Amino acid sequence: MGKIFTFLTRTRGIGRLHWTDWASYAYLLFGIVIMFGPVLWLVLSSFKSEAELQRFPPTFLPYAQEMISIEGYDKPLPLFEITNGEFAGKQAGQVRRIGLVSQLVRPEAPKDLIKMPLADRKPVERIDFAFENYGDLFKRFDFLRYLWNSVFITTMATLIMLLVNSMAAFALSKYHFRGRSTVLAMIVGTLMVPQTVVLVPLFLITRELGMLNSLWGVIIPGAATPTGVFLLRQYMLTIPDEILDAARMDKASEWKIFWRIVLPLSAPAIAVLAILAIMWRWNDFLWPLIVLSQNDKFTLQLALNSFQGQLTTQWSNLLAMTVLVLVPIAIVFAFLQKYIATGIASTGGK
Amino acid sequence: MSRLVLRNVRKNYGGLEVIKGVDLDIAFGEFCVFVGPSGCGKSTLLKMISGLEPISEGEIAIDDEVVNDVPPADRGLAMVFQSYALYPHMSVRQNLSFGLENLNTPKAAIAQKIAEVAKMLQIEPLLNRRPGQLSGGQRQRVAIGRAVVREPKIFLFDEPLSNLDAELRVEMRGEIARLHRRLGNTMIYVTHDQVEAMTMADKIAVLRSGKVEQFGAPLELYNNPANVFVAGFIGSPKMNFFQGTIHAADGQEAFVQFNSGERIPVSRETFLVSHGLPVTLGIRPGHVTLGPVDATDIKGVVQNIEQLGGESHLYINAADGTPTAVHVDGQTEIALGDTIGLKLDTGKIQLFSRDTGGTLRR
Repeated sequence: MGKIFTFLTRTRGIGRLHWTDWASYAYLLFGIVIMFGPVLWLVLSSFKSEAELQRFPPTFLPYAQEMISIEGYDKPLPLFEITNGEFAGKQAGQVRRIGLVSQLVRPEAPKDLIKMPLADRKPVERIDFAFENYGDLFKRFDFLRYLWNSVFITTMATLIMLLVNSMAAFALSKYHFRGRSTVLAMIVGTLMVPQTVVLVPLFLITRELGMLNSLWGVIIPGAATPTGVFLLRQYMLTIPDEILDAARMDKASEWKIFWRIVLPLSAPAIAVLAILAIMWRWNDFLWPLIVLSQNDKFTLQLALNSFQGQLTTQWSNLLAMTVLVLVPIAIVFAFLQKYIATGIASTGGK
Repeated sequence: MSRLVLRNVRKNYGGLEVIKGVDLDIAFGEFCVFVGPSGCGKSTLLKMISGLEPISEGEIAIDDEVVNDVPPADRGLAMVFQSYALYPHMSVRQNLSFGLENLNTPKAAIAQKIAEVAKMLQIEPLLNRRPGQLSGGQRQRVAIGRAVVREPKIFLFDEPLSNLDAELRVEMRGEIARLHRRLGNTMIYVTHDQVEAMTMADKIAVLRSGKVEQFGAPLELYNNPANVFVAGFIGSPKMNFFQGTIHAADGQEAFVQFNSGERIPVSRETFLVSHGLPVTLGIRPGHVTLGPVDATDIKGVVQNIEQLGGESHLYINAADGTPTAVHVDGQTEIALGDTIGLKLDTGKIQLFSRDTGGTLRR
């Protein structure tokens, strides 16, 4: 721990900071602001009420006006501080506002109605997190349904993709058959075809198969990816053939060789692909938008989109939901990212 | 039981023939070594016997049953690979049990067999470790254990000791020989090291570019090599070869005349010689003795000396330019650049036809 601290706080200047140290820290700080500024802004904004979001100039923290209950008024009144005139420095609740004139009443004198220009009072505010933005998602919108749809699609699509891709990669890396390089070239070649080009044919096929408005219609068409096949194949090439031969001598079937030998040994590559697949599928928008048109089949991304109407946008709920959508993927990445770097050391060989 | 017969076995890769018709008959319980320079096809031949590599032509029979189309696992063989090929993600115990599980052996039987084998190979303390945590010698033992535990009819070893250091190699060599005596199975062992072949084998098959040059007991190969290649390959330091011509007038003693003009007699009873035949004369370094320059067969200049303490190797350039190795017991006082005489033990010389390379021994 001490070592890490020493390493992280290492400077070029001894005792005091060299100008390059200032430059480095300034650059790093700049990076942090660029990377995390928008995220922080999003999270804080998601706790603002709709009115607060519309306010100009915007504030960094979510604020809400204090309310005060005054005798003789049924509802709590918004609290203001009077800044000018006879009652300067006093607090009062606003009864109503007419044009540029505000009618206020002081708690000490509930009967006494004060009239003054708007400019002569300023609202009393406190930091207030509008948790109802989040609560609404569950009460007014079917958040759990969308979450389930997203989770189902992400999990199933990732599992199917890993299985299909690793099987293809196994065949392309460990079997010698006529046309192997042609098949591989074709698979890699599809990388050069943009998704948008095949969107229409893909839609037609999906429709013919009757998979529109079905979660499987989102899952199946993306099950095989050239990136995944290529990534896994390159990794499997590094597994020595002698291990496979040894397994064959041990009377393992080809399926067993794949399942018990090749798959466990490819774990690092599979973990990488799993992370990628989860991120792709969770954030996928275009294809689900095309396939799914019924509200109850929406994924989170589509639900987010539906907050944005033609005339109005419910920013408060939209932002809250965006935060909730971000959380799972951030957690997945935080836990799995170490597998990207680590691998099972080559141990069976020499 | 467990006799292995190869009949005219061939292997083609496209148009390239790498195994050019091999016939072998390996009896039960024999320790047979395939030896040859790298690229001679010995490992390919082993893989063909195992079934991992299909054969292009010919027949392989185990116990008189042709197994050409029998998958590797059903041939009753076990193989030890050059790189050991242990499963890196499994413990030693799992490595040993994997094959038995695939054969649907009951769990209790597996545990018992593993215990026996582990005891025999002294790998009991390693059973729960992964291959990555073992030293080279330990991995080698596990690889052998994986073969032994399946109780195969025939063991196949593919250069199993080539990744070990010299000391460990000698130790493992003894261990494999002991294993063979103990189990009594047929074993086929591939190596490029003729010392390994000589020390371990009951029978040696010397291979060169896809063909068996000679198949026989180690000393038979050493004493009566069938051709120049086998003569040069077996034995260390290598056999010395001199080029010469036969002079054999009728009714007179035959002799070989070297290019340098020196000559030595050869027995007509031992060799089939005719006058004017160009020959290669082979003599092992141990059968050359040093002598005074005048009274010897060949003269030469000492180029290099290896003093091993108990013995010495002299490397001499003979008068006709042939590099000649001489084995001398004990230590020698001869210095570099000395001109010395060499006497060949005429009873031990080998004669080969220079055209065909084959032996002229009757």
